[in-house]
Amino acid sequence: MKDNIVLQMKNIHKSFPGVRALQGVDFTLRKGEVHALMGENGAGKSTLIKVLTGVYSKDEGDIFLEGSAVAIHSPQDAQKVGISTVYQEITLCPNLSVAENMFIGRTSGMGQNWKKMNKDTEKILKSLDIPATATQQLETCSLAVQQMIAIARAVDMDCKVLILDEPTSSLDEQEVEKLFKLMRDLRSRGVGIVFVTHFLDQVYEICDRITVMRDGQLVGEFEIEKLPRVQLVSKMLGKELDDMSDIKGDQKAYEKKSGVAPVLEAKGRVSDAGIKPFDFHIDKGEVNGFTGLLGSGRSECVRALFGADRITGGTIKMNGKDVKIHKPLDAMKNGMAYLSEDRKGEGIVGDLSVRENIILAQQVLRGFFKPFSKAKQYEIADEYIKLLSIKTASADTPIKSLSGGNQQKVILARWLFTHPEYLILDEPTRGIDVGTKVDIQKLVLKLASEGMSVTFISSELDEMLRTCSRLVVMRDRKVVGELSGDDLNQSKVMSTIAGGDK
Amino acid sequence: MQKNEVKKSNDNFFMNIVRNQMFIPLLALAILALFNLIADPGFIKISIKENNMGNPVLSGFLITVLDSGSELAILAIGMTLVTAASGGQDISVGAAVAIAGSVLLRILRGAGTGNFGAMLLVAFLVSCIVAMLFGAFNGVLVAYFKIQPMIATLILYTAGRSIAAWINNNELPVISDPFLGYFGGFIPGIPIPTPFFIAIICVVVIFLVLKFTNLGLYTQTVGINENSARLNGLNPKMIKVISFVVLGLCVAVVGLIKVSRISTINYSVIAKDIEMDAILAVALGGNALGGGKFNMAASIFGAYVIQFLTQTLYKFKVSADALPAYKAVVVIVLVVISAPAVKEWMGNMTKKFKVKEVA
Amino acid sequence: MLRKKVAMLLAVAMVAATVVGCGGGESKTDAPADDAAKTEEPAAEDAEADADAEAPAADGELIKVGIINNDPNESGYRTANVEDLKAMFTEENGYDAQFQYSLKNDEQITYAKQMITDGIDYLLLSAADTAGWDPVLQDAQAAGTKVILFDRTIDASEDLYEASIVSDMPAEGARAVEWLAGQGLDEYNIIHIQGVMGSAAQVGRTGALDEKVAAEDNWTLVSQQTAEWNAEKAQQIVQSVIDSGEKFNVIYAENDDMAKGAVAALDAANITHGVGKDVIIMGFDCNKWALKELLNQNWNYDGQCNPFQAEYIDDVIKQLENGEEIAEKTIILEEKGFDATEITQEDIDQYGIGEE
Repeated sequence: MKDNIVLQMKNIHKSFPGVRALQGVDFTLRKGEVHALMGENGAGKSTLIKVLTGVYSKDEGDIFLEGSAVAIHSPQDAQKVGISTVYQEITLCPNLSVAENMFIGRTSGMGQNWKKMNKDTEKILKSLDIPATATQQLETCSLAVQQMIAIARAVDMDCKVLILDEPTSSLDEQEVEKLFKLMRDLRSRGVGIVFVTHFLDQVYEICDRITVMRDGQLVGEFEIEKLPRVQLVSKMLGKELDDMSDIKGDQKAYEKKSGVAPVLEAKGRVSDAGIKPFDFHIDKGEVNGFTGLLGSGRSECVRALFGADRITGGTIKMNGKDVKIHKPLDAMKNGMAYLSEDRKGEGIVGDLSVRENIILAQQVLRGFFKPFSKAKQYEIADEYIKLLSIKTASADTPIKSLSGGNQQKVILARWLFTHPEYLILDEPTRGIDVGTKVDIQKLVLKLASEGMSVTFISSELDEMLRTCSRLVVMRDRKVVGELSGDDLNQSKVMSTIAGGDK
Repeated sequence: MQKNEVKKSNDNFFMNIVRNQMFIPLLALAILALFNLIADPGFIKISIKENNMGNPVLSGFLITVLDSGSELAILAIGMTLVTAASGGQDISVGAAVAIAGSVLLRILRGAGTGNFGAMLLVAFLVSCIVAMLFGAFNGVLVAYFKIQPMIATLILYTAGRSIAAWINNNELPVISDPFLGYFGGFIPGIPIPTPFFIAIICVVVIFLVLKFTNLGLYTQTVGINENSARLNGLNPKMIKVISFVVLGLCVAVVGLIKVSRISTINYSVIAKDIEMDAILAVALGGNALGGGKFNMAASIFGAYVIQFLTQTLYKFKVSADALPAYKAVVVIVLVVISAPAVKEWMGNMTKKFKVKEVA
Repeated sequence: MLRKKVAMLLAVAMVAATVVGCGGGESKTDAPADDAAKTEEPAAEDAEADADAEAPAADGELIKVGIINNDPNESGYRTANVEDLKAMFTEENGYDAQFQYSLKNDEQITYAKQMITDGIDYLLLSAADTAGWDPVLQDAQAAGTKVILFDRTIDASEDLYEASIVSDMPAEGARAVEWLAGQGLDEYNIIHIQGVMGSAAQVGRTGALDEKVAAEDNWTLVSQQTAEWNAEKAQQIVQSVIDSGEKFNVIYAENDDMAKGAVAALDAANITHGVGKDVIIMGFDCNKWALKELLNQNWNYDGQCNPFQAEYIDDVIKQLENGEEIAEKTIILEEKGFDATEITQEDIDQYGIGEE
């Protein structure tokens, strides 16, 4: 059995300034197995992989390949000893031929035997059953085939360990199937495969073993048959199943009000972001949430409500009336507000001042020809800086120089200033300090008590349970359940997330 | 103790000046002025002369700068907006000026007799529309087809002068009505060059627009973070197109001045390389060429500083074909100053300097 | 994916631009031809009559000529040149002509090769650049195509072409300088505004003046700068001299546009110019509007650069068709210089180019 081990990482430590990203992590990979590496964001998966592939240097610990210690200081080193990585985004050159992509950067000397290169490529493609020809231009292949070619390239470099970092996230079901076929094929040839993914179903379909990480630490290594889905989810989230001393507080249970039309009601809503059509509604003064693992499609759902992605179907009624929401402005005009999970990329306007960031959305609603006067702008900014206790030197400070939590408060202020009827908060508490987190949760409950409807999304289940009276549960980009009342507890949520009671 | 405090506030005062966006163009102007002053103290002199129509006009080096720099200042307005919204520059403005001028002349020569002033107004309005349409063409390529501005505008840059020639059947019409000459010269009785007046009107208009509309906020938001802009209900594509259309309008105004100056047009050389000067003006004004925040006043001021430089070089008899080389030096200095690495280094130096002082 | 999309769109846009460009080009070549046909009908008839009289193509077949010229937009001079050629090489005059225009040498070479393949009898060439034509002309010789150069010379062996019809730029300059010397001023303080440096016209027109200034003590160049044929730049250059307060009494501009720009600066400063006034204005190219300025005595001198070369070319072709020898390979165009005190409206009508 011991001979079977191809890769062993022991007691790996890695710190960044202020963060202990890996603390004594062990990882073992055997020949001819597909090994899932699981964990929520920030659990340390990618750090571990980057240490393994030489992108980061480890602070402490050892790496053994086939029993002997190896020193990996750069991706080239990793490749030399037989560790290859295929990333989520394809890192090949789309405008070169398949064969060129297979051999790029691998030839020695200046000369190149094109004929041989094409012939070799054909051979590899055929042996792995990849539907492409050597001379075809890469970008004419489908994404899955490109992904497979990237894998073929890695395999052809005589690799012993193949790391697949979320290779399936941009593939459709059939493409995933093709990729799995290739993975099984490689497994039967004795390649050890590390598979990183957010899709639980895929893990249970292809993997032999699972290593779970959380907060930079190893939770454990499990054989797939011995770890039911619910347990996997609970290990990832760090809540023991039997430790369900529920923290469900004084939150009022959600009661469906009869007779009153919901503030927002969506039917068969679907966008081009890869989610299945879903139904959704929210009542006045209600706080509900979308939950599910990262990548399950919870953000995509609220984006579809707000018109942030391209809408491909479904209807929306607000207060019983049909409304058309195709773009964010439509949603805003109908009294919706959406705080994006990507604060840097979609929230702040970095170089602009706190003041301009606060007035932005309401200013757009007012119209091009009705700017707020400077004095009014300061008045508004000062009001919200005080209300949300935003820590900033002045209203004129560029927002990018504020801390993450204060940036988030500014964006929150921006949307509150539009006085929305329905507020969507997508991960408002991510990456901000604990104090601010609590502030935001309190604020959400206060707003709801004043009659605002709020949808709240958080990766932290505790927060969701504390604030929401109803949870929509998602898995693999579909809505798979809805929980309220007594069902709102960790075990129920986790088992619904995990699903697959088969 | 007290002494220290005074010093500190001095430091701050100095740092504020250095950080101000106007600092670089002001510094450039000061250097140029000093250079001129040493070589010829008389350069600052402005005198009143009579022109050949018997009207009193102001004359002198500085007046020439204000006169010739006005076209540049007008273009800098549009170029600043395009830069802010699209994060790139329009290199086709010279060719577009040729088109606008050509349209103007085409209509004027077809006018025959009648009220020349009214015809000129019609001709100018039509040239505005044409120039704005070409601006929209550039804008659509940039916003909807997501082509880099420099590459998108390369199309018009290449084809524009041919289009201009085609509009007038390749002919080079000369319009002899003195009224046309007012716009590039002097209006009888007013001793200040008309182009400067037109520039002032444009500047006032743009500042009113910036004050009474959200043009500034929208273009900056789109330029800084397009995704945020979209999620806040803006239509980034439309805003980019609008910025190009505004530049088109500026182009039409410049077309009028250019045609008026010599009452004819030469398609292959009119407003040649003016796009480079306009871009340089934006850069000299301390605006990031990658888009985002802008300072309109600094751009306009930058335009006159560029003209000051050009005129100084003429004065020192630097041949016109060597001018780009001198401007290239200015560009290099600007780029170096605004490079992050250099900024960091300068920051470190100031810190070190301060530490030393304290020690 | 995005990159692919952008690349595709760019390609589409480029094609669109080319179409626009071509569209412009076509109408460009068509429209003036129509105009010429309408307005110059009498002239065309005259030419026809001449052609009939001499009957070059006895068998009634058209002579196939390929004409490669610079872009007609380049200048008024070029426009006149192109129109002159178009009026001459028509079916009525016994020619089957194809025209191609480009300011780029390599494009011109491509056109030439195509024309030779098409089996033209004569290749008429005004080259954008002097170099790089040897192989093409050798091809032409092998294919039996005769080559006639017009307007511009090239660096190639004389054996490769039948004749070269050119303006003598140095002579234009010398003629102008001689005229200027004849004005008998006490002092010559000259602002010399040059064309694009290195062009044949600039080199020719500058040479004579430089020599004279070097030779005579009372001739001084107050300023010598290139305005690159650009009127605005000329205006700025003269303006800067005026601002500096230096004295001058002659403006020697190497084309009419730049002279016009210079005059605009003088007008603004109320410096008188023209016959008997403070500053002598000299230009080149004989645009009709410029000659008109001469007639009104606002300018003093305009040197001709003869664009009417079609007749010369026609003569050469006729001689060759009749089996005659061309006596002198280099044929210098007849050119004049016009003095404001002597010019007449007839001169303007006959020698002026472009519109009034």
